[in-house]
Amino acid sequence: MRDSIVRLEGAAKTFPTPEGLSVTALDALDLDVDRNEFLTLLGPSGCGKTTLLQAISGFVELDAGRILIDGVDMTARPPYRRPVNTVFQSYALFPHMTVGENTGYALEVAGVARSERMKQVAAVLDMVGLAGMEGRRPRQLSGGQQQRVALARAIVARPKLLLLDEPLSALDKNLRQAMQIELKALQSELGISFIFVTHDQQEALTMSDRVAVLSGGRIQQLDTPRNIYDHPANGFVATFVGASNLFEGQLDNGRLVTSEGVSVRYLPSPASVSGAAQALIRPEQFFIAEEGEACPYLDVDVEQIVFVGSSFELFGRTAVGHKVIAEIPASRRRFIGEIEQARRARLSYDPAAVHLIRCDTDGI
Amino acid sequence: MASDLSPASRRRMQLALLLTPVSLFFAVFFLGPLAIMIATSFLAPGLYGGVEWVFYPHNYGRILGFADPAFEDFDPVYISIFLRSLKIAAFTVIATLLVCYPAAFCIARLSERSKNFCLFLITLPFFASLIVRLFIWVLILRQTGIVNEMLLATGVIDRPLELIYTDGAIVLGMVYIFIPFMFMPVYASVEKLDWTLVRASLDLGAGPIRTFLRIILPLTSPGIAGGAIIVFIPALGNFVVPAVLGGAKVMMLGNLIEQQFLSARNWPFGSALAMMVMSVMLVMLFVYVIATGRRGADVTN
Repeated sequence: MRDSIVRLEGAAKTFPTPEGLSVTALDALDLDVDRNEFLTLLGPSGCGKTTLLQAISGFVELDAGRILIDGVDMTARPPYRRPVNTVFQSYALFPHMTVGENTGYALEVAGVARSERMKQVAAVLDMVGLAGMEGRRPRQLSGGQQQRVALARAIVARPKLLLLDEPLSALDKNLRQAMQIELKALQSELGISFIFVTHDQQEALTMSDRVAVLSGGRIQQLDTPRNIYDHPANGFVATFVGASNLFEGQLDNGRLVTSEGVSVRYLPSPASVSGAAQALIRPEQFFIAEEGEACPYLDVDVEQIVFVGSSFELFGRTAVGHKVIAEIPASRRRFIGEIEQARRARLSYDPAAVHLIRCDTDGI
Repeated sequence: MASDLSPASRRRMQLALLLTPVSLFFAVFFLGPLAIMIATSFLAPGLYGGVEWVFYPHNYGRILGFADPAFEDFDPVYISIFLRSLKIAAFTVIATLLVCYPAAFCIARLSERSKNFCLFLITLPFFASLIVRLFIWVLILRQTGIVNEMLLATGVIDRPLELIYTDGAIVLGMVYIFIPFMFMPVYASVEKLDWTLVRASLDLGAGPIRTFLRIILPLTSPGIAGGAIIVFIPALGNFVVPAVLGGAKVMMLGNLIEQQFLSARNWPFGSALAMMVMSVMLVMLFVYVIATGRRGADVTN
């Protein structure tokens, strides 16, 4: 058996809606989280990621299935008896307590003596960059500082597992990116597993050891960020993580041909492969070929070109109306003027960079 | 002319103007009578009512222990009435709180429509006359009232219980009257309690009891303190409830003051009693303002 810190077996939960229907938040879900792992639950709102987090912390009771934390069945345990702490989206700092009292709350509850508690609080506040702030009140702090207090409060008692419920969503972009790197560093330093919930795919790819993409109460794919991006398991993952060009059609001897007649080459192409599939080409895989370079291409009518700094985003349509998005690095800007003039572009691609999604594995 | 003023002082002027009517009203109809009362409480009672214009500290002496030796010995009856009134008011506060606090949690978790309906029900008694509502309690509690009749009929007791004209009856009547006053402030603070904080506490390992004591109670304490003040102050000086449900046996400060003014016609002594009640209330309000001023800012944020 795998040595996992958290194991969910067949976790199921449905919620009634006010209209008398029911919504499946968790659909017989299995999940193993490894020790010392940074796992991200990624999905659109309503995909079940928050329910999954709350099932682990104990605030949602499962309809069926089991939750084991460090090998111990926690399914029936209340939240206050689980070795799991949470960083809440709204931080949930206690307004009537100082930063020091907030941070030391878990230790106070556990009956740690005052002097020892103060020592540990000082150490953990130092770790999150708030040394000496014990006497402040939460409302005297900035959003970023409150975030750090929430983090310090959740790790001070060294839980076996830290849950983070979209904790960065209220911060501005620069601070968010700085916190992403700090969180990852903190996780390696502490050596405890983090389960991080987000709907921001950028965040998921940046920080995680593994990403679980959720939709409809199921895990669509659980893999490393690179594999999720390069080899999405199905159309949902491909479109949810990163921008994508998906072509749906029949496989035919090294080509995928859509019903409208667009043909996409792919490599390697074992002869035995046939049937329905989707071909994925990421926008950055397209390039403008030099004169005389021979590679497969798609001709598109260019509708819009957007300059985003490091690159140009090119929105176009094939002759049969299939939307295509391509990302041309700014270093190749000499082609852009030409394309803008002609309103047409020949987008080349490497057939080895085309990722095939077989339709029988498509989970949605 | 107005152009000389900075925007800040213009604004201050505007605010002062807005406050003028209420300030005038209170000056004329509250501070004025209060000054008269304070002055009266230090004057000698006239032989046939009214006052004699001499300084006379023995009105307070009668209550506190230095009575006028020319007329009477010191009688601690007034202190005991004072203490009993404090006790009844305190019991009223505790009882209304015990009723309202759990109810506030219940109602706060209902849907918006049910909430409003419940709040309407709680304010409903205001639409009926206070005296009528109190006399209904007389019908319920008296010797031949519903409670006694039922207990007699079922054979639980063989003689009617003495329910009415007791301290208990007064507390019951007070609780009945003051529940809405306690409920509103308590509900206001319970309703805005952030339940993620409760979750955070549970998540950090605190059980339900500790979470209640460390998180829920401190965060709702402004409402509890506000409700306690709003109930305690009128309960201490209330004279209608003891008059109706206390009969002649149980006297509270309110009745005593009323008696001094209307039957005994000893206005100075009545004024002194009223001043005593008022000073107790001022001390309590002062403590409340200090306490909430220090902590309220954190809790309401």
